[in-house]
Amino acid sequence: MDTVTVEVRDLTRTYGNNAVVRDVNFNLNKGEVLGFLGPNGAGKSTTMKMLTGNLAPTAGTVRICGIDILENPRDAKALIGYLPETPPLYKELTVDEMLALAARMHGVSRGHVARAVAQTKERTGLLEMGGRLCENLSTGYQQRVGIAQAIIHNPMVVVLDEPTRGLDPIQIRDIRALIKELGGEHSVILSTHILPEVEMVCDHVQIIHQGQLVFSGAIDDLRASRKSSSLIVALRRPPGVDVLQALDGVAAAEITADRIRLRLLESGATDSVAEGVVRAAVANDWGLYHVAPDATSLEDVFLHLTQLEETA
Amino acid sequence: MKMIFVIAGKELRSLFASPMAWVILAMLQLLLGLFFANGVDRYFVSMQGAMAPEQRMGFTAFVVPQVFGIAVLVLLTAVPLLTMRLIAEERKSQTLVFLFSAPVSLFEIVLGKFVGLMTFITVVVMLLVAMALSMHVATDLDTAHVLTNALGLWLMAAAFSALGIFMSSLTQQPIIAAIISFIALLGLIIIDSFAADPESPLNYLSLMRHFEPLSNGMLSSADISYFVLFIATFLVLTVRRLDADRLRG
Repeated sequence: MDTVTVEVRDLTRTYGNNAVVRDVNFNLNKGEVLGFLGPNGAGKSTTMKMLTGNLAPTAGTVRICGIDILENPRDAKALIGYLPETPPLYKELTVDEMLALAARMHGVSRGHVARAVAQTKERTGLLEMGGRLCENLSTGYQQRVGIAQAIIHNPMVVVLDEPTRGLDPIQIRDIRALIKELGGEHSVILSTHILPEVEMVCDHVQIIHQGQLVFSGAIDDLRASRKSSSLIVALRRPPGVDVLQALDGVAAAEITADRIRLRLLESGATDSVAEGVVRAAVANDWGLYHVAPDATSLEDVFLHLTQLEETA
Repeated sequence: MKMIFVIAGKELRSLFASPMAWVILAMLQLLLGLFFANGVDRYFVSMQGAMAPEQRMGFTAFVVPQVFGIAVLVLLTAVPLLTMRLIAEERKSQTLVFLFSAPVSLFEIVLGKFVGLMTFITVVVMLLVAMALSMHVATDLDTAHVLTNALGLWLMAAAFSALGIFMSSLTQQPIIAAIISFIALLGLIIIDSFAADPESPLNYLSLMRHFEPLSNGMLSSADISYFVLFIATFLVLTVRRLDADRLRG
């Protein structure tokens, strides 16, 4: 069942003559996790602010479950939970007080506040922290309270601006699991500049660069574009370059210090070529001790996509 | 509407979480208590010298306007210290986003903060009223006169608060907000002394000119309207200023 929860049309924000966000369009369905990816200063946070009604767009519309956030901010905001770049915590309140306040502000009725707080603390791993002042929490725990205040009222759309910043690896794993879990019933938009994070938790990904979307699609499309086009091989007794180039499926061979890079005729055909290399190595006693596809990291794809824009 | 009280409750909680509120309450009580005791003393000294009946005046008229007048000056310094954090500090520690993202209007946010602070001010005024009414055990008090004084003080403090909140919305630095509020309020209190003739509009602008009738026990709708308009103006300006945040970013 496809229910559109977020609908963004031609979203633009300019400061003077400087367009920070230009003509951003996308839809998000219920239960999807959308990763918003981009280098620093690409316009991620600005977009997030506009989605949550913290910043008025210069042009364009944002609809949350069909409600225009400019025309009817109160109803639209009730459907959103937002974690900004800096978790908005009142330092003088305890975690329990802070979460109860967040619940009340988002319209959770008085009788349900205690239960909502308890549930959210459990989900975000804050059970032992209830009585601590927000001021005295470590960055990681402050970030968790920030996430907790964003999801306490069970919003339709959760917007998280760099949710795993400042967390240690274990916390990052927990939070990613939480985001995945949230994706089950809510729509989640998260911004990040960490690619593996997007790959791990998101269904859809959008890459924003200099205020414009340069890639928008399912996470599998992004994976497909990182198909390996070469094979890295290491041999004790390497033969000449011409012998390697003569192997099936190999376009070119480059010998570097201790590795040999075999460029493939057809990208993605790493399995069959590797098989051929191993067979030849055994037959000719080349002393093969390493063979692996040269994984283009997502970083390379990302750089490729964002730099494409610059040269264009 | 409910949200106003949620925000007001949060402000009160924050106020009493810091030593500031307690210190201000304690200092006010000490200072005003001393003035009150002093006023009672002076009442006896003056009245003993006043033999002719026309020279005599009631205890309420002699002591109460004096103590409440001092209270206005004390609040003139205390209120900017209380209002300075309300918005400036939230802007500085980036917690305004929390309020802006919640399903509440800017008007509710500003009014919530105002109501929260006024609850504290009401406690201050009520303590002072209780102090004055304690003289009931010794003499006949003009309770209505005490109450007009209390109303005047309350309205003055409300006007101070509204202006202070507006100043707090202009900056990120609480201290700057406090200094500007103090200077602006002081200016508005003494502005009538710059008036050349008694018909000058400066007289009408002066906060003190509208407090004095109440202090003398005269309740006039013109003065009440002045305070209501003053408060409404600055609260609306604050809403406008916060809206500019959203528009300009």
